[in-house]
Amino acid sequence: MRIAQHPILTFDRGKEIHFTFNGQPMTGYEGETIAAALHAAGVKVLAKSLEKHRPRGFYCAIGNCASCQMIVDGEPNVRTCITLLKEGMKVETQEGKGKIQ
Amino acid sequence: MREVELLVIGSGPAGLCAAISAASSGAKVLVLERNFKPGGQLIKQTHMFFGSESQYASHRGVDIADILLSKIREYGDQIEIMLNATAVGFYEDNVVTVLKDEKEYFKIKARSILCATGAYEKSLAFPNNDLPGIYGAGAVQTLMNVYGIRPGDRVLMVGAGNIGVIVSYQLLQAGIQVVAVLDAAPRIGAYLVHASKLARMGVPILTSHTVKEAIGTDCLEAAVVCEVDDRFQPIPGTEKRYDVDVMCISVGLSPLNELLAMRGVEMKYVPQLSGYVPLRTEYCETSIPGIFVAGDASGIEEASSAMAEGYLAGLCAAAGLGHVPADFEQRKQTYLKQLEDLRSGPVGDRIRAGMKISQL
Ligand SMILES: Cc1cc2nc3c(=O)[nH]c(=O)nc-3n(C[C@H](O)[C@H](O)[C@H](O)COP(=O)(O)OP(=O)(O)OC[C@H]3O[C@@H](n4cnc5c(N)ncnc54)[C@H](O)[C@@H]3O)c2cc1C
Ligand code: FES
Repeated sequence: MRIAQHPILTFDRGKEIHFTFNGQPMTGYEGETIAAALHAAGVKVLAKSLEKHRPRGFYCAIGNCASCQMIVDGEPNVRTCITLLKEGMKVETQEGKGKIQ
Repeated sequence: MREVELLVIGSGPAGLCAAISAASSGAKVLVLERNFKPGGQLIKQTHMFFGSESQYASHRGVDIADILLSKIREYGDQIEIMLNATAVGFYEDNVVTVLKDEKEYFKIKARSILCATGAYEKSLAFPNNDLPGIYGAGAVQTLMNVYGIRPGDRVLMVGAGNIGVIVSYQLLQAGIQVVAVLDAAPRIGAYLVHASKLARMGVPILTSHTVKEAIGTDCLEAAVVCEVDDRFQPIPGTEKRYDVDVMCISVGLSPLNELLAMRGVEMKYVPQLSGYVPLRTEYCETSIPGIFVAGDASGIEEASSAMAEGYLAGLCAAAGLGHVPADFEQRKQTYLKQLEDLRSGPVGDRIRAGMKISQL
C-alpha cells in the first residue's frame, strides 16, 4: 500500500522499524507514525468505540479527534496518528477506555 | 513550573510567523506543537499556493514550511519549538498545561500567550459515518503526501470546495482512482482552475448530491449517494451506489480555539469565519490583554493571511512585553496593509464582513 512512484514527491523511506500489532510482528519505516505504518500494512481498525464497540480507524491524522487511540507499550489512549513508530514497540487495539497502569 | 516570556500554541504558518516576528523584536518564544513535526497544514500541501508574493505564493506549501523553519533557526535559542507537546488546559493565571509524548503532564506559565491552533475538519452526519475508511480529506492528504501511503484503491470525495478538489487531484497524481466528487450545493465551490483539472481527467463532479449512507462491517465497502432538492432534502429514487474503500469528508473547516474559550476570552459565533471565534482588536489581541490569536484559529481563511496575521500578532505581543523595535509602526502598517490586500475584492467580502462582527 506504499506509493512507489509519484510525479512530484520522492519518499525517502528511513530504515526499517520492527514492531508488533496485537502480538504479530510488523515492519514499518523510520519517520512513519504508528497509524501510517499500520495502514500501509492493511490494518484499518485501530480501536473499538467506548459503548457500542464499533470499529474505529483514524479520522483527522492531526491529533485532534481521538479516533486513533491505541495501547502502546502498555500505555492506553496514545494518539497513534501523531506518535512515531519506534523499534520494538508493542501496539495493541484498544477496547473502550483502557486501564491506567 | 517553567516560566516563559511568550508562549505560542501551534506551529502552523501563523504560529511560525508569530514566533519569527516576536523574536525579531527581541522576545524569547516557546512554541508548543502537538505533532512530531512543525509546519501545521503546510507539510502536506504539494500544490503551488495562491496568494501574494510576500506570502510566498507560487511556492508549494511544504516548501513554505521549510523557508519559515530555516528563518526560525536564525534566531537560535531565542525560539524553542517543543514537539509532541499538546496544550490541553489554559487557566486564569496564564498557566497552560501540557501533555508531552502522550504521558508527561506539566505546567508552563507565560507572560503573554498567542493561540495559533489552526482548524479541524468538520464531519458529516449519515448512517455508519464512523466506519474505518471514512477519513477527513486532510487526513488522506497527510497519509499520501507526508508518508507516501495509499489510503486505498477507490475513493469517493464528499465536498467540491478547494480542499476536496485539490485532494482529489493529488489522489489521482498518486495513482488512486477517484470515482466521483460530490457536493450538496448546486455549484462547485472550488476555484475553476482546480475543478477543471479534475474534469479534464474524467472525474465526475456531482453537484446537488449528498451521502445517504455508508455500507460495511469492519471497514467501508460502499457508499450510497443521492440527489438533493433546493432545500437540501434527499430526492427519493435517485440513489446510486459506489463500491469504494475510502470516503473523504471535505465539508469545511472550523476554527480550533477551545483553549481560548476555556481561558474565558469573549467568543462569538460568526458564520462568515466558519464557527466560534474570539473577539479581537485589529492587532489580534483578544478581550483579555496579553492573549492573542492568529490564523485559522481566529476564523477560516488561508495560509497567506495566517502568515500576515502571525507577523502582526507576534509584533504586537512582543510590544506588549516591552519589546518595541524602532520600526514598530512601520512594520505594523505593512502587515495591516498585507491583510487588507489579501481580503480585498469580492472573494474577501465574506471575510471582511466576519472581521467586522468579531472586532473588539
Ligand atoms: C488541501 C488544502 C489546500 C490549501 N491550499 C491553500 C492555498 O493554496 N493557499 C493558501 O494560502 N492556503 C491554503 N490552505 C489553507 C492553509 O493551509 C491554512 O489556512 C493554514 O495552514 C492555516 O494556518 P494556521 O497556522 O492558522 O493553522 P495550521 O496550519 O492548522 O496549524 C496549526 C498547528 O497547531 C497545532 N495545534 C493545534 N492545537 C494544538 C494544541 N492544543 N497544542 C499544541 N499544538 C496544537 C497543530 O498541530 C498545527 O500544527 C489549504 C488548506 C488545505 C487543507
Ligand atoms: S486520527 Fe484524529 S487524533 Fe488521531
